[in-house]
Amino acid sequence: MVLSATDRELIAVIQDGLPLVAHPYAAIGEQLGLSEAAVIKRLESLQTAGLIKRMGVVVKHRALGYRANAMVVWDIPDAEVERIGALLADEVCVTLCYQRPRRLPAWPYNLFCMIHGRERDSVLRRLEQIVSCHGLEKIPHTVLFSGRSFKQRGARYVETGNVPGHLQRSHG
Amino acid sequence: MDSVDASLVNCLQDGLPVCSRPFDDIADSLGLSVDELLSRVQRLLDDKVLTRFGPMFNAENLGGALSLCAMQVPLDRYDEVTDLVNAFPEVAHNYERDHLLNMWFVIATERPEQAAVVLGEIEQLTGCQVYDMPKQEEFYIGLKLAV
Repeated sequence: MVLSATDRELIAVIQDGLPLVAHPYAAIGEQLGLSEAAVIKRLESLQTAGLIKRMGVVVKHRALGYRANAMVVWDIPDAEVERIGALLADEVCVTLCYQRPRRLPAWPYNLFCMIHGRERDSVLRRLEQIVSCHGLEKIPHTVLFSGRSFKQRGARYVETGNVPGHLQRSHG
Repeated sequence: MDSVDASLVNCLQDGLPVCSRPFDDIADSLGLSVDELLSRVQRLLDDKVLTRFGPMFNAENLGGALSLCAMQVPLDRYDEVTDLVNAFPEVAHNYERDHLLNMWFVIATERPEQAAVVLGEIEQLTGCQVYDMPKQEEFYIGLKLAV
């Protein structure tokens, strides 16, 4: 899908978040000089094309008291990744689950999942349960806990520099 | 954060409909007015429980690139390298992790070819090799806060 100029303006306006009002798409339309119906139609087509996954939220787990943030990485035979990835994603404590390429020899792991917990011990206990419950004892894995977090601003997808000033959000 | 907040966050994670009054159904199911719901969302944003409320983009389908990258940074240069890496606007977030590969960051670029340029610049500036691991598949996560 090729983005039109209107799509790019729309993405630039919403990429930092939706306005918190009862009719958010009407408010966006006002900013862009579009009707509410036109905004909804554009967003639906962006969703259908898979450019927008959904309108949702990003939860910051540290703020919920989940201070232990473990990236658990697994070296799974390629033929098994689909099955085991789906199993892990279904676990309540798993908040992200991705398949990524190995970078041998430095990095042999091809499945990444995030497990959040209140403390490291509880995360490790939960991981042990997951391993034994799904029979993953033979799958090499390791746990990388996070230390400091330096930057959390979320990705930007459209440079706002080329959007006219009056179209930029004032409270982004 | 009370149990209504937790239910609200769970509902919002599942996604908000794209329609004229997208908050009505969630507000109804939680027994809140839309105004009450909106002020709760605002408070969760103010308290930084939520860092963003809005569209979840699929960067690859937008024509851009998003990748998780790792580097092995000498401990005595960690702060210096952190500053160098974080100065790039393409770096979305950056975590220290306890592994030989001890710096993990996400880069997001509007066009795929920019990613290689940025990673090359980071390698040149820091003298550290960057291992670039873009996602190949995402396994769907429903959500899940204890209510």
